[in-house]
Amino acid sequence: MTNVLKQRNVVIILILFALAFPMMTSNTYMIHVMTLSFIWMIGVYGLNLLAGYTGYLSLAHAGFFAIGAYSLGLLTVKAQMNFWLALVLALVITCSIGLVVGAIALRTKEHFFAIYTLCLGYIIYLVIDKWDSLTEGVRGLIGIPAPAPIGPITFETEKAHYYFVLFFLLLVVLIMYRIVHSLSGRTYIAIRNSEDLAQTIGISTKTNKLTVFVLSTFFAGLSGALYASFVRFIGPDIGSTNIVFDLLTYLLVGGIGTLSGPIVGTLLIVWLSQLLQDFQQYRMLIFGPALTLLIIFAPRGIVGAVATWNMNRKLKKYPNNQARSGRSRNDSLVKSEIVPEKQVKEG
Amino acid sequence: MLKLTDVSVKYGSFTAVHDINIEVNAGEIVVLLGSNGAGKSTTFRTISGLNRPAAGELVFEGNKLNRRPADQIVQMGIGQCPEGRKLFPAMSVEENLRMGAFVHRRKRDQIKHSLEHVYELFPILKEKRHDAAGSLSGGQQQMVAIGRALMSKPKLMLLDEPSVGLAPLVVEQMFETIQKINKEGTTILLAEQNANAALKIADKGYVFENGTIVLEGTSAELFANDEVRKAYIGA
Repeated sequence: MTNVLKQRNVVIILILFALAFPMMTSNTYMIHVMTLSFIWMIGVYGLNLLAGYTGYLSLAHAGFFAIGAYSLGLLTVKAQMNFWLALVLALVITCSIGLVVGAIALRTKEHFFAIYTLCLGYIIYLVIDKWDSLTEGVRGLIGIPAPAPIGPITFETEKAHYYFVLFFLLLVVLIMYRIVHSLSGRTYIAIRNSEDLAQTIGISTKTNKLTVFVLSTFFAGLSGALYASFVRFIGPDIGSTNIVFDLLTYLLVGGIGTLSGPIVGTLLIVWLSQLLQDFQQYRMLIFGPALTLLIIFAPRGIVGAVATWNMNRKLKKYPNNQARSGRSRNDSLVKSEIVPEKQVKEG
Repeated sequence: MLKLTDVSVKYGSFTAVHDINIEVNAGEIVVLLGSNGAGKSTTFRTISGLNRPAAGELVFEGNKLNRRPADQIVQMGIGQCPEGRKLFPAMSVEENLRMGAFVHRRKRDQIKHSLEHVYELFPILKEKRHDAAGSLSGGQQQMVAIGRALMSKPKLMLLDEPSVGLAPLVVEQMFETIQKINKEGTTILLAEQNANAALKIADKGYVFENGTIVLEGTSAELFANDEVRKAYIGA
């Protein structure tokens, strides 16, 4: 019970901090970086639902991010559509493409799924890059409008945009929380555990996997659409494979298959890269080994490592408590499950 | 209730199960005997829809099972308790059991009722219901696996080697419980290597060797058969 209260307090403090952040600094650049990291988090949550909870590592998420961004960009710039209508349509477009692509991609499993989706993401990138007449190709799309005002509320300033994105982030976290703690969430975890086993208790793995896939493309598309309206300029680069590996790094560092992992990982890496900007070309010399060490010693990322540490501390306090010892033991089970996914990333 | 006619199953070009005929009537306990690799588990996987038969026909209560997906077969009333007590280790005991009622997920009262029933059969599970399933002992994990299969309210329950790796005393209790479940109205198809314990509770049995059925008969007949005694009972 005290644990629940503690958790709730942490969440409240974090939300208050996020709300107060723009007042604490007058530096718009910092607000800009924070807003961007919120946008990434939404995409990372999409990846987490699929890769972390269901066990299907999709490397096509930069592609869906780009589809969301370009849909919004094209609808507002070229079709002159109202922002909100364009946002809804952009999500519909991303999910529809996700549905078609997912139905095919989910016929593969494990490494093959990762490779297949990697190719798929690259194809999406190529289409955007080469289809000059629609997407403007390498020139990119310029002049994407900020969100249209709702009544008296406008989104022209950095601060307003910060709150606009924060609203969507909180919504996404809430949705994720509800999914993970529902029967659907446990169904996805069951599929990650063993698909055969899931089937023998009557779960239709086909429909469930497709639902997760579409849901995760929804998050990726939302994050892309928010990115487009925030940065106001998009090029085909946002669909490149680098982006999906960035998202994956945020997820791995924070903790794959955990609820708070995407927030922790994204904040840490985004701010670290800001701090290390002076060392531009040497940055990867630090990041590479650090990431490798993290994966060896904390396969479930920072959040997972903290959870394990907490468990062990409690275990020392109450050595006779079976329940707690049990949880730490099955932690290692969860770890071993996730390791193959890492190997895909490294390879 | 369940009838397999000339069923063959292939893994690639390898025939794992060849032309088997099995019949299970409502209310019975039927046991499939055989050593490792004889084809018992493949037969089970085929009945539950995880493998497709290469030839032959599977009929359950008048409906063909051949090309049905596994989840529909569970809905039709065939519950499976897979080999090696496969659980969801990160979930608690109660969550594991609740997952078993997935096909009835909208019937809350029924789930509550089934849960009580499972706890009645295995009181120790009630004590440990908030523990992670991965932390239980082998016997307790087997109880969770059987309990989870029961949660789907199956008409026919497939039990794949429930005694494997358990202490003799625990095995005895396990078979008593299986008998109890059967008396409450669930038909049971059991795969076993422990012929002695299995034949004691079974009505009839089939002996598997290299993917075919070499012998079948009532449990009394099999118990008296010299070859069966030599191969599986060791007397």
